[in-house]
Amino acid sequence: MIITKAKPFAEILQSLEGENTVFLVGCSECATVCKTGGEEEVKQMKARLEQEGKTVSGWVVLSPGCNLLEAKKEFRKAKAEIDRADSLLVMSCGGGVQIAQEASGKVVHPANNTLFLGTVERFGHFKEYCSMCGECILDMTGGICPATRCPKGLLNGPCGGAKDGKCEVNPDNDCVWIKIYDRLKEIGKLDEFLASPVHVRDYSVNTKPSTLVLERSKTGRNNG
Amino acid sequence: MTALEQALTKGEFAVTAEVAPPKGTDVSEMMENAEFLRGKVHAINVTDQQSSVMRLGSLASCHLLKEAGFEPVFQLTTRDRNRIALQSDLLSAYALGIENVLCLTGDYVTLGDHPQAKPVFDLDSVSLLMAAKSLENGTDMAGESLEGAPSFYLGAVVTPGYEPLELQLLKMERKIKAGAQFFQTQAVYDPEVFRRFMESAKEFGVPVMLGCVLLKSAGMARYMNKNVAGVSVPDSIIDEMKKTDDKVTTSIKIAARIIRETKEMCQGVHLMPMGWERHVPDILDEAGIAI
Repeated sequence: MIITKAKPFAEILQSLEGENTVFLVGCSECATVCKTGGEEEVKQMKARLEQEGKTVSGWVVLSPGCNLLEAKKEFRKAKAEIDRADSLLVMSCGGGVQIAQEASGKVVHPANNTLFLGTVERFGHFKEYCSMCGECILDMTGGICPATRCPKGLLNGPCGGAKDGKCEVNPDNDCVWIKIYDRLKEIGKLDEFLASPVHVRDYSVNTKPSTLVLERSKTGRNNG
Repeated sequence: MTALEQALTKGEFAVTAEVAPPKGTDVSEMMENAEFLRGKVHAINVTDQQSSVMRLGSLASCHLLKEAGFEPVFQLTTRDRNRIALQSDLLSAYALGIENVLCLTGDYVTLGDHPQAKPVFDLDSVSLLMAAKSLENGTDMAGESLEGAPSFYLGAVVTPGYEPLELQLLKMERKIKAGAQFFQTQAVYDPEVFRRFMESAKEFGVPVMLGCVLLKSAGMARYMNKNVAGVSVPDSIIDEMKKTDDKVTTSIKIAARIIRETKEMCQGVHLMPMGWERHVPDILDEAGIAI
């Protein structure tokens, strides 16, 4: 899921300067799990803004916030409240903010910073395991991604910097190459890795901005 | 063939030492430091934005050293340049007569003085070696032919004190397969650690130069033990530095002793004097090494 972190309230207030009436948009998926844009946080935001003298003309929690058709549908239902607002404060990821802008045509403000594609370790604990590189190499690295979990994205083995198994860039993290090494040894694939050609990323596979349109497929598997 | 390659392949004990480019354009101190090394080393390494601190470039510094009659080793990291810039810098180096290249990944950006900078790491040390090798064969990484191919003596680094050592050796082997022709190691203070490393590393048949960072104080040793991965200064050496009234003389003695105790195990020494270049000749004298 997409991991977001709430912007400081002071920064949000500053972005709303000169605007009196705001419509709030949340997201039922990632931002709800991250506690940055679910119904609870939207209601809290409404109360805080009202304390600061703002008028909140209404709110909606989209399901999900990054779906253009869903946003258009829900915004039609809330047309009067949205028309009355000077702007939309969008409490989702950056994708949701832009969808809200496209669907409403209104001035939008982000309430969150979007951090990474995260896995959920347990409630409220998120980790970055995948950086969406567009050419998955997990088969070669024992199901552990060095492109994401090594700060330098080293694909051909570790640097010399691990100390007591920990990463020199952030000692809270295990060196992912030591994990990969242990795992490859465990499943008997270390020699296969050693014999593999020099690995180099191909950045042309995901030139920004990426788009994908599903093709019709008899097998039911998309674009395979 | 470079003097360094000649020494390492003809069985002479090779000596290199590094100098660091200035933060700014005044190269006088770097050039003075190089003068202390004249006639004492086969080649002088020039660091590339060492510890991710922005400085004058390694390539320009190598060129200045070359003009002054030194043989440089161009240290090239993948931290700040993508594959287009790296290959271009390799071609530029060769066009300037710089043939020794030490291929490194480089420290992470946040360790340096511009932590906000974009970390590039388009390639790593292994793929950089492969790219350099490819240029030597007349084609770039895209498979396009070159008009005039370079020829390099390609080096890489390895950390003998790394745990688990087998993993470090795996990376070393990948570097050799990609094109590494010699190695300079991370600093080693314990000859026993180096012996264990060389027992496996010598099987590769690629020359290894022991890395030697001059200790300036007991505090520096303790700092390295705590913060520099793969570096372990034994307590006995820390004590020596703590008890001495003359840090310079003791530091020289320690470095010379480590070189004496390890020189039979390897093919050369790479000194990292960190501003104490003037003491390199004394260390080499005391270690019984002359080129």
